[in-house]
Amino acid sequence: MNLSSEFRDPDLCRRVLEQIQHLADSPFRFMEVCGTHTVSIFQSGIKSLLPENISHLSGPGCPVCVTHDLEVNTFLALAKMDLRLATFGDLMRVPGSRGDSLKKVQAEGARVDIVYSAFDALQLAVDNPSENVVFLAVGFETTAPTVAATVKVALKQQVENFFILPMHKLVPPALQALASDPDIRVDGLLLPGHVSTITGIEPFMFLAGDYNLPAVISGFEPLDILQSIQILLRMHKEKTPAVINSYKRAVADQGNPRARKVMQEVFKPVDTAWRGLGDIPGSGLSLRKEYLGFDARRKFEPAPLQPETNTGCKCGQVLKGKILPPQCPLFASVCTPAEPVGPCMVSTEGSCAAFFKYSL
Amino acid sequence: MSDRVLLDYGSGGKASQRLIREIFLKHLGNPGLNRLDDAALIEDLSGPLAVSTDTFTIFPLFFPGGDIGSLAVHGTVNDVAMLGAQPKYLSCAFLLEEGLDMQDLDRIAASMGRAAADCGVQVITGDTKVVPKGAADKMFINTTGIGMVIADPAPSGSRAEPGDAVLISGTMGDHGLAILTHRQGLKFETDIQSDSQALNSLTTRLIREVGDVHVLRDPTRGGLATTLNEIASQSGCEILLQEDQVPVRREVQGGCSFLGLDPLYLANEGKFICILPEDLASKALEVMRSHPAGRDAALIGYVREGQKGRVVLRTSLGGHRLLDMLEGEQLPRIC
Amino acid sequence: MCLAVPMEVVSIEDNVAHVEVGGVKNQVRLDIVDQMPAVGDFVIVHAGFALRCIDRQEGLETLKLFQDSLGLELVK
Repeated sequence: MNLSSEFRDPDLCRRVLEQIQHLADSPFRFMEVCGTHTVSIFQSGIKSLLPENISHLSGPGCPVCVTHDLEVNTFLALAKMDLRLATFGDLMRVPGSRGDSLKKVQAEGARVDIVYSAFDALQLAVDNPSENVVFLAVGFETTAPTVAATVKVALKQQVENFFILPMHKLVPPALQALASDPDIRVDGLLLPGHVSTITGIEPFMFLAGDYNLPAVISGFEPLDILQSIQILLRMHKEKTPAVINSYKRAVADQGNPRARKVMQEVFKPVDTAWRGLGDIPGSGLSLRKEYLGFDARRKFEPAPLQPETNTGCKCGQVLKGKILPPQCPLFASVCTPAEPVGPCMVSTEGSCAAFFKYSL
Repeated sequence: MSDRVLLDYGSGGKASQRLIREIFLKHLGNPGLNRLDDAALIEDLSGPLAVSTDTFTIFPLFFPGGDIGSLAVHGTVNDVAMLGAQPKYLSCAFLLEEGLDMQDLDRIAASMGRAAADCGVQVITGDTKVVPKGAADKMFINTTGIGMVIADPAPSGSRAEPGDAVLISGTMGDHGLAILTHRQGLKFETDIQSDSQALNSLTTRLIREVGDVHVLRDPTRGGLATTLNEIASQSGCEILLQEDQVPVRREVQGGCSFLGLDPLYLANEGKFICILPEDLASKALEVMRSHPAGRDAALIGYVREGQKGRVVLRTSLGGHRLLDMLEGEQLPRIC
Repeated sequence: MCLAVPMEVVSIEDNVAHVEVGGVKNQVRLDIVDQMPAVGDFVIVHAGFALRCIDRQEGLETLKLFQDSLGLELVK
């Protein structure tokens, strides 16, 4: 029994909702950091069932959304070189500076393969020794160890035609940047369940410790989310902010040390720019010296287009929780899933895409 | 004959004649086709007719539960049937890539022959072209079907009315998932087969035994969600879909879960939506469930006033959200 | 941001586990899992790798906590 269906039990969910309704006697605003939570909240219908007093914002928890224009332009430049790109499906429609995307360049003849795992990309390289394969490495702490493990195997097997474009980002530094922003107005945070599987609870403790923000590590089934909201509400009302792990079946308080070790062996933290949030110190990952041979930037020296500075895109404000998607002047008029201006609209998990796709 | 299709086989000369006789007439032959005239003479159709055309470009050519040939027959037979008609004749045009394995072509033609015989249609005219290597992806097939309309008035996407019940003939997403198992880069195993099958005998029964069917449509590309949106738009009403009433096989649920896909948007090739007055719903379900193509038929929603062209999903939790059309094809995701 | 799904371990071969969900079979790498799963365990799978084993005991306790707070009895 994998315990998924128990955490979807409609009856239990309804009862927790009743409790939430009871507790929410004043406005309460929470931010979910993780795009998968955004989608769950909408898809399950939770959004339509929460009392009016409760509003939620979507934070920068979508690794595709926060991939910087320059990074997108870089992989689009790589796509136009004599290379084979391997990518998660999530990146296919992300627009670069000229409205180009992997889908579009694929139609123009670029070789782009969708893979489910970094390891599949390595296998692609092994099966096609005469082609150089570049894997587009996006994702947070959940994904980075899988890429690190793959790079280690590539080194061990001396695969010479496999490369990665590292674009990974780390969640706690981004939350630090958000929490320290004086304009931020949230009463609680729903923390990413699967990132926490790797990091454990410790990197998030500062939220309650330094900023008095209640935070709950939450699973993704409806009951998980509802229960986590209920716990946040309680902490808010009782003014007892703490960081709670409510996803114990998947998250050990100490996280997964082995996965972290693999990640730290291959990658080191660097400062990096997040789309919409600007530069965040220590929030990116780049390859350590021993593994630099796998770095696609170094090997192929792609020349990306410089990002435009003034598109009117307000993804940054959406990602910081300062405005809701419908408050962006471009939302649903100029910026739609068909012609996205910013990544919040193109990613299946982006707040704007979720609003557009699911809101009644 | 050579073991590969060569350009000569599309040139109209002796090689073409051999191809036609040894493959197409062998598997698809009937008095009409065998005459090999430039056009087929039809003398036994009258009254309102339904005609539909479709081109099949599926890859891979052979997949669990079917192939491009059987799909090409079922697909067009079903489209004609969705207008409340009995499909009778098909035309069939092949676009073959030079170098295509002749045995594959033979297998596919044989499969088409069986599919046509099983659902009571005949291929009465055809065409074959061969294009140079690289100009086509192995094989494309176009079929056009024609049949007599037996429903009066004919079902149409614009005829859904507030108060109507929305029925589905079976499980969703089987074909879409079965195809994915064979795409490069996504390696997983499942027993799920494409549901490709002819629906005309069931739709004919429905029309004859139940009567006032407003809409018949098969949710192919884009899946159930997309097709319901099309119908809601055409009819100018809103459709309410109940999430936990939609039948989905647990394997499809499982495969979708780790690929990040939604079964409501996956293609189906052997299922149809039936929208009709609510008081006829239980009779319709009885007819459907008594037929092999409709065993898992279910009542999945209702048509109502509300925002025109919109489909609302009532979730298992009892919440509501929009069930929109997708922008393009669904892609697997890790986020 | 991270789609990860519980899947049941059917067999293990070196660094790869054969897993299953709803009858669909897949293979996942075990390079980063912190404790080797046993056949019959459920692992959380992300992008072709097992992240961790699901701790059923913890899961049941969490459910019990939820239910206690609602004043209900343990469901199944």
